[in-house]
Amino acid sequence: MSATRPPLVHISNVSKIFKRGAEEIHVLSGLELAVNEADFLALMGPSGSGKSTLLNLIGGLDRPTSGTVQIGDERVDQLSDRQLAGWRARHIGFVFQFYNLLPALSAERNIELPLLLTGLNQAGRREHVAAALAAVGLSHRAKHFPRTLSGGEQQRVGIARAIVTDPTVLLCDEPTGDLDRKSGDEILALLQSLNKDHGKTIIMVTHDPHASARASHTVYLDKGQLSNNPVA
Amino acid sequence: MNSHTRTMSVLTQIFAVALFNLRALPQRKAAALTAAIGIAGVVGVLVGVLAIAEGFRRAMTVSGSPEVAVVLRSGSSSEMTSGLERDATRTVADAPGVARNAAGPLSSAELFVIINLPKRSTGTDANVPLRGVEPGAFDVRGNITLVAGRRFATGRNEVMVGAGAARAFAGLDIGKQIKVGQNVWEVVGIFTANGGLAESEIWADTAVLQPAYHRNNSFQAVYVRLDSAAAFQPFKDALTSDPKLNVKVSRLSDFYEEQSTAVTKFITTIGVFIASLMALGALFGALNTMYSAVAARTREIATLRALGFGAGPVVCSVLVESVLLSILGGALGAAVAYLLFDGYRASTINWQSFSQVTFAFRVTPMLLGKAIAFATLIGLGGGLLPALRAARLPIAAGLRES
Repeated sequence: MSATRPPLVHISNVSKIFKRGAEEIHVLSGLELAVNEADFLALMGPSGSGKSTLLNLIGGLDRPTSGTVQIGDERVDQLSDRQLAGWRARHIGFVFQFYNLLPALSAERNIELPLLLTGLNQAGRREHVAAALAAVGLSHRAKHFPRTLSGGEQQRVGIARAIVTDPTVLLCDEPTGDLDRKSGDEILALLQSLNKDHGKTIIMVTHDPHASARASHTVYLDKGQLSNNPVA
Repeated sequence: MNSHTRTMSVLTQIFAVALFNLRALPQRKAAALTAAIGIAGVVGVLVGVLAIAEGFRRAMTVSGSPEVAVVLRSGSSSEMTSGLERDATRTVADAPGVARNAAGPLSSAELFVIINLPKRSTGTDANVPLRGVEPGAFDVRGNITLVAGRRFATGRNEVMVGAGAARAFAGLDIGKQIKVGQNVWEVVGIFTANGGLAESEIWADTAVLQPAYHRNNSFQAVYVRLDSAAAFQPFKDALTSDPKLNVKVSRLSDFYEEQSTAVTKFITTIGVFIASLMALGALFGALNTMYSAVAARTREIATLRALGFGAGPVVCSVLVESVLLSILGGALGAAVAYLLFDGYRASTINWQSFSQVTFAFRVTPMLLGKAIAFATLIGLGGGLLPALRAARLPIAAGLRES
C-alpha cells in the first residue's frame, strides 16, 4: 500500500445527534477516521458508544448530522436515498451479527440477492454464487435453507452474500457475536483470509478482544471519540 | 447504468422482492387466509345482490324488441294508469309502419289488471298481472312459446300462464281453475317468453276480460310490430301528430328499460351500499394483514434495503402481495356467488305495475369482472399504507429487529 494514496474510507469531523423528544443525544462528536485500502480494522468500544452508528454512516445506511463521509471518490453523506441504495449495492458488503438471511430462500438464493441488482444474467449470477460459496467452504450446502444450517454456516452464507459482488468495503457488525468460540474462530479466520489473500478492506465492529486480535489494527470508540488505546 | 438497464433493474427488484414475499406467505397463512376470505365474502355479497338487479333488468328488457312499439295514453307512466278507447286502438293498428300478415295488422289492444293469488313459497297472496290480449299478441311479441297445454280459446274463460308465474304461484297448473271475483278461469297452457317479463303474467282473451272487469270497450295499451326498427319514428310521428289521438308512443325496449330502472337502481344501490360497508371491514382486514406482514418482515425488508434494493420495489412488492391476496379472495367469492346464485329463480314486485315479476339471478362475465376489479381496489387500498410504512422503515433500526 503506497503511503501517498489517499485513504479508502475518510471520515472527517463527523457528528451524529439523535433526537429523543426534546432531548438530543450526541453519539459521535467531531470524529475523524481514515481506513486504507486492504486494511482490516477492528472497531471496539462499550455498548452505546456509537460503534454501530459509525458503521451505518460508512455503509450509507444513515447520514451524519455534520461532517463528511468519503468512500473512494464518493461523498456518501451527499447522496440521495435512491443514490445511496445503488451505491450500497455496488460498494458495500454487510455481515450482520444475526446473519439476516431470508428464511424462505436457500443459501444460494440468499447469496444471489445482491447480484439481482447488477444486471448480470442468470448464468453469470450462478457462476458468481458458486465462487462465493466455494470461498466460504459451503458449496455442499448450496440448496439448504437457513433453518437447516448451523449458526456458523449461516454466517458463512452471510459472508458469501457480502462478497459475491466484490464490494469495495466489507462492513461486519459483531460477526461472531451470536456464535460459539469454535464457530467464531472459523468466521474470523475466513475474514482474515479475505483480507490477506484477497485484499478485501474490512471494518469490523466487535466487543470481543479475541476477535479484534485478528484485525490488522484496532481503534476504540468512547464518548463519541476514537482513540488508539483501549477505553479505561 | 442507462435508463433501459435501470428500468429492467427496478422490474427485477420488484419481481424478486414480490417473490420473496409470496414465498414467505405460508408462514403467515392464517392472517392471509382471513383477509382473503373476508374479501371473498364482500365480493360474494356484491355479486349476489348485483345478480338480482341484473336478472331483474334482463327479465324486464329481454323481450323488448326495438321492432315492437307500445302505445299508451299520453302522460301515463305505466299500463296501470293508461286508457284507450276502441277507436284509438284501431287508428294505432292502421298507422304507417305497422307490419301486416294475412289476418291484418300485427297489433294487439290489451287490458291489464292485477289479481291476487297465493304464492307457492309462503302461501300469502301477492299481485299477479292478468293481461287480456288479442290474437295478434303472439305475432307481435314474437317470443311466446307454449311449453305445455294450448293457447286459450277466444271467447272462453281460459287462461295461459307464464312459466315464471306458474312456478311462483299456487293453483296455476294446467287443468286447474282460478277464481277471480265472480269469474272462474281454467288454466289451459303454460308459456315461456325467452325469460322476459311476459313469463310473470297470465294471459286471457281481452274480449272476455273486458266484460268481466266492466271495462266495456276500453283498453290500456296497444302493442304493434313494426316493419322494421327504422319504422318507429314515422309511426310515432303519425300518431303524435294526429289531433284525434292523445297518446304516448315508445319502443318496447325503451318502455321496459324505463319500467325496470327504479327497481334496478334500488337493488343496485342497496347492493353497492351493503358491499361498501362490508368492503370497509375487508379493507381493515387487508390493512391488518399487510401491516402484520410488514411488521413480521421488518428485518427482511431492512436487509434488502441495506443490500441496495430500492424503496419503490419494496412498496410495489407489498402492493403485489396485497392485490394478489385480494384477487384470490375475490375470485373465490365470485365463484361461490356464481355457483349459488346464477340461475336462482325469485320474484319481486315491479313498482310500476304493483305486481310480481319472476326472474332468474344472472351472474354475468361483466359482473364477475366488476367484482374482481372491486377486490383489486380493496387490495390496493389495504396494501398502500403498509407498503409506504415498509418503505419508510429506518434501515439501521430494522436490521436489529428480532
